[in-house]
Amino acid sequence: MKKLWKGNEAIAEAAVAAGCRYFFGYPITPQNEIPEYLSWRLPEVGGAFIQAESEVSAINMLYGAAGAGARAMTSSSSPGISLKQEGISYIAAAELPCVIVNMMRSGPGLGGIQPAQGDYFQATKGGGHGDYHPIVFAPSSIQEFVDLTYGAFDVADKYRTPVMIIGDGMLGQMMEPAEIPPMRDLKTLPDKNDWAACGHSDGRPRIINSLRIEPDELEAFNEHLFKKYEEITKNETRYEDYLTSDAEIVFVAYGSVARICKAAIVELRAQGIKAGLIRPITLYPYPTEIIAKLAKCDKVKKFVTVEMSMGQMVEDVRLAVNGLKPVEFYGRSGGNVMMPGDLVKYVKEGK
Amino acid sequence: MQKITISGFGGQGVLSLGKFISYSAIEQNLNTSWLPSYGPEMRGGTANCSVIYSAEEIAAPVIDHPDILIAFNEPSLDKFEGSVKKGGIIITNSDIVHKATTRKDVKFYQIPVDTLAAAINKRGANVYMLGVLLPIFNGDISEEAAIHAVEHVFESKPKVIPSNIECLKAGIEYMKKLVK
Repeated sequence: MKKLWKGNEAIAEAAVAAGCRYFFGYPITPQNEIPEYLSWRLPEVGGAFIQAESEVSAINMLYGAAGAGARAMTSSSSPGISLKQEGISYIAAAELPCVIVNMMRSGPGLGGIQPAQGDYFQATKGGGHGDYHPIVFAPSSIQEFVDLTYGAFDVADKYRTPVMIIGDGMLGQMMEPAEIPPMRDLKTLPDKNDWAACGHSDGRPRIINSLRIEPDELEAFNEHLFKKYEEITKNETRYEDYLTSDAEIVFVAYGSVARICKAAIVELRAQGIKAGLIRPITLYPYPTEIIAKLAKCDKVKKFVTVEMSMGQMVEDVRLAVNGLKPVEFYGRSGGNVMMPGDLVKYVKEGK
Repeated sequence: MQKITISGFGGQGVLSLGKFISYSAIEQNLNTSWLPSYGPEMRGGTANCSVIYSAEEIAAPVIDHPDILIAFNEPSLDKFEGSVKKGGIIITNSDIVHKATTRKDVKFYQIPVDTLAAAINKRGANVYMLGVLLPIFNGDISEEAAIHAVEHVFESKPKVIPSNIECLKAGIEYMKKLVK
């Protein structure tokens, strides 16, 4: 049964339904409804909610919980996610499954609290130090918030890697009908007893560590990590193709902005301009192949990347297009949101 | 489909009027989105929300040209009247907004919802406005759906439900006479 859910609360309930029982966070607008909701909801289902003394503390609590084999998550917004980066790098290096939500606000610095997508580089290229990538999901509706959050824990467990879900202030604050999937039976969650630091019942110690001081050992580990990323790229890359089969202009956009592109596409098509959209649902791994394929289509004249930033994802679109077609960029920043009419005007008048 | 911008002072029930519309739309099995303003804008005294309902998938939750603008105060009328779609509708709370729209190409209704609602429930102006909207929605949202929405929103305060339903019905009757 569909109910009206606020984006942030939908993520929180979807996490509970997925079997997440531990949350560690620190308040920041515009994601406060996530910790607020979980602060009463988790105790109800026998879990625990901790408001840490800082973001650094919260991410390290998550590191500990994930290392002990628990389904756990944290959430924050842009400046708070920056503070978590050291911990995220450690979690990636310790190969621990967990979920991190970033409800992006405008930056840089303390910036503003209105919606933005300026953390694309940070989310997809690692964010912290060293060679690693979290898997990054970019939902564009409240139902997709629910579905991707629900699935994120399983994906994290499957590859023993952190999964990041990025939205923006608009998606976090808005309400739409959504249906929460059934509560997972905790007995059906993956068994982590072979690696998790949950007591050495079989007399075998488990060590969770991210320190590999020997160069050869660390290089071998990095190669192992990147083999895993290859497998993730092969299995987990997701995107939505919206009306590209006859498109001459292909928008590329994710999250809330992709929906604004869709509205613009409907309007452009009503005016006889064939436009379509590729909406990456995973930002890492990136849907490079479909964009490369479209770049080779004769009828595609150009790509227009649209972001609430000064232009970040556009670099990945250019890599995928590889010079075959022009790749243009339209962006707003500072917390401003483009309107469908702005994109129609841009396509028709080039500004 | 209707795209509705609702704007006014914080405390006038601007955001909850939007929620009433979205809850009603769900009751009718329509798609809907409710997007509030948040942050300093609200703390500065004004609040607005963008509400859409549609039988189709809703693309952008942002609205550049609303079909309907509901302005609960003058700054809201000033800010949004220019954006309303040609042939669209502007409704003001004329207890607070003492001027008319400068637009000549829209339908304009000045309704003293504070006074009208106060006779039934002093805090019922936004539910009264929900009633006003139903005849404009032209059957998309039934009275029953709106009643369910009111019951749902006030679930934790059952005492106020009857007077709010009365406000809703009074709003419907008021507007039926105007649009006839």
